[in-house]
Amino acid sequence: METKDVILEYVRNEYLEDGDDREVTYDTPLISGGIVDSFSMVSLKVFLETKYNLSIPDAKATPEAFDSVNNIITLLKEMGVK
Amino acid sequence: MKTYEEEVKTFSWEISKKELEYTDGDVINIGWYCSDRICKKGNADKLALIWENAKCEEKKYTFNDIRLISNTIANFLKNLGVKDGERVCLFMDKIPELYIGFLGVLKLGAIAQPLFSAFGSESLLTRLEDAKTTAIITQKKHLPKVRNILEKMPYMKYIIVVDDDGSKPLREREYALNIEKEKMIEDFEIFPTKAETRSVLHYTSGTTGKPKGAQHVHYSLISQYISSKYVLDLKDDDIYWCTADPGWVTGTSYGIIGPWSNGVTQVVTEIGFTADNWYRFAEKQKVTVWYSAPTAIRSLMKEGTAVVKKYDLSSLRHLASVGEPLNAEAVLWSQEAFGMMFHDTFWQTETGSIMVSNYPGMKIKPGSMGKPFPGIKGTVVDLRTFLPIEKKGIVGMIAIEPGWPSMIRTYWNNEETYKSKFKNGWYLCGDRASIDEDGYFWFVGRDDDVINTAGHLVGPFEIESALLEHPAVAESAVVGKPDPVNMEVVKAFIALKPGNEPSKMLELEIMNFVRKKLSALAMPQEIEFVDSLPKTRSGKIMRRLLRAKEWGEEIGDTSTLENDM
Repeated sequence: METKDVILEYVRNEYLEDGDDREVTYDTPLISGGIVDSFSMVSLKVFLETKYNLSIPDAKATPEAFDSVNNIITLLKEMGVK
Repeated sequence: MKTYEEEVKTFSWEISKKELEYTDGDVINIGWYCSDRICKKGNADKLALIWENAKCEEKKYTFNDIRLISNTIANFLKNLGVKDGERVCLFMDKIPELYIGFLGVLKLGAIAQPLFSAFGSESLLTRLEDAKTTAIITQKKHLPKVRNILEKMPYMKYIIVVDDDGSKPLREREYALNIEKEKMIEDFEIFPTKAETRSVLHYTSGTTGKPKGAQHVHYSLISQYISSKYVLDLKDDDIYWCTADPGWVTGTSYGIIGPWSNGVTQVVTEIGFTADNWYRFAEKQKVTVWYSAPTAIRSLMKEGTAVVKKYDLSSLRHLASVGEPLNAEAVLWSQEAFGMMFHDTFWQTETGSIMVSNYPGMKIKPGSMGKPFPGIKGTVVDLRTFLPIEKKGIVGMIAIEPGWPSMIRTYWNNEETYKSKFKNGWYLCGDRASIDEDGYFWFVGRDDDVINTAGHLVGPFEIESALLEHPAVAESAVVGKPDPVNMEVVKAFIALKPGNEPSKMLELEIMNFVRKKLSALAMPQEIEFVDSLPKTRSGKIMRRLLRAKEWGEEIGDTSTLENDM
């Protein structure tokens, strides 16, 4: 599975309630769209760090950087994840 | 407007009553005051609410609209069989039905019980169980959380879904209510609530035990109306933005009752926080008065002033903050960024309205909470004698003389704890502060283990209980850890059961476990795995030591400690 699909699946499974049928795509706003709040962002960060064996500095873990799967992919690429 | 000093000399709650044309003994219903009365005063066509969803699509509601919709919601509940005095939970995101439904519940004479929509099933159940809530108004997306616990709630008779589209059948006890399709009720016979009739039940966390339901009454309006006018400086032509969620007290006292009883237009956005989103919204809506929280202000501060300059925020004229102390740096930054300082305010779920504030026109001492609202007698008392501390600069517990209109009347099912809040004729806030030579209050910290994260109080006990339900957790202790943006964040110390090894994956699993069970607010932002926790000889976990370690404080007396940290 491609990285962006892994993240998309994780977001759908973890942050949408069962029965919440909102469509989430690579571009769906996660933070500004209210799917992942600022507190939950920490668990998303821990997921990425665990999955891709990296440490994301706080300065890079901004709401903008986490605001969509595509934004997260950009961040991961900057950090050397292919 | 009078100066703070002049107002203190002449203030009386009678001023508020007179402006509201209320006489002791009259019917007083917050729902009516926030909608029908404004229409009667000739402002039926004035905008009450401009609401924007996460896609930036707008809906607008006049005061006549909110009058009709709240009538319709009240009538719907009445036809279902909801009676006055019953608890009706509002469990929704920041959508119009939440704001207007709140008024509808009050018009019926029922008790509005707003709960934060990010709560998981367990947090929801704890609060509904305590209040024996008979009805809940919610959205499709939150319905699964209600269904999960429905079997445990025989008292819950009506589950009202405001956005049901018929695509999936509703179940037993579930009812659809679509305010855009319902026939509007022009005349609803509003329940004749009196000053001491119960109105709003807000749950708040304590150090031990379950969250407590702070019970307010309709008379609270007298405080909320006048403090909105004086402290938030609300005027007829203002566009007011309160960023708080009505699941918490700021979102009802100053996100519904304050502005609407003053006939002021308010704006609400569902969009999540980013600096650009918020500045864009303030610019688009031409916000004049902005009531926000230190966590948001510090997050904006992190983004710098360059982003502020991208937007035309010249409409802003008054800024205020609440939830936790606003640090001096943030106050000074707001002067640089917006050309004006945020006015910090202090109050609590239990006080129902602002107690201490940086009053408009008063000299702001950055980092100070300000001075007591006119009509409020506030001081700091000695922690042992509960006598006011006369000497300036000495730290004591913030105490307020009881009797202001919006004071909590009791904790639901917990009169004993309510009574314990009063000592020597003072209501004790549970926060420590000092008062300087000019009468300004300076916050020092909480006097208990309750964690203030982003302005929300979180009880460690509830999180520890949830953690113990995780199969790998043997014991846990939860404390507040200092955080530059949120003031404190939840940190959990966890000892694992034999056969489990600490790992990043387990940390994530435990985080998500708590988030789903309770809420994202309660989710530990950091987990430290330990071999054992410090305990007293009687076996009680010493959170105090763990907290002191996180804050770099002296750990104090450890003579009762059973084991080394």
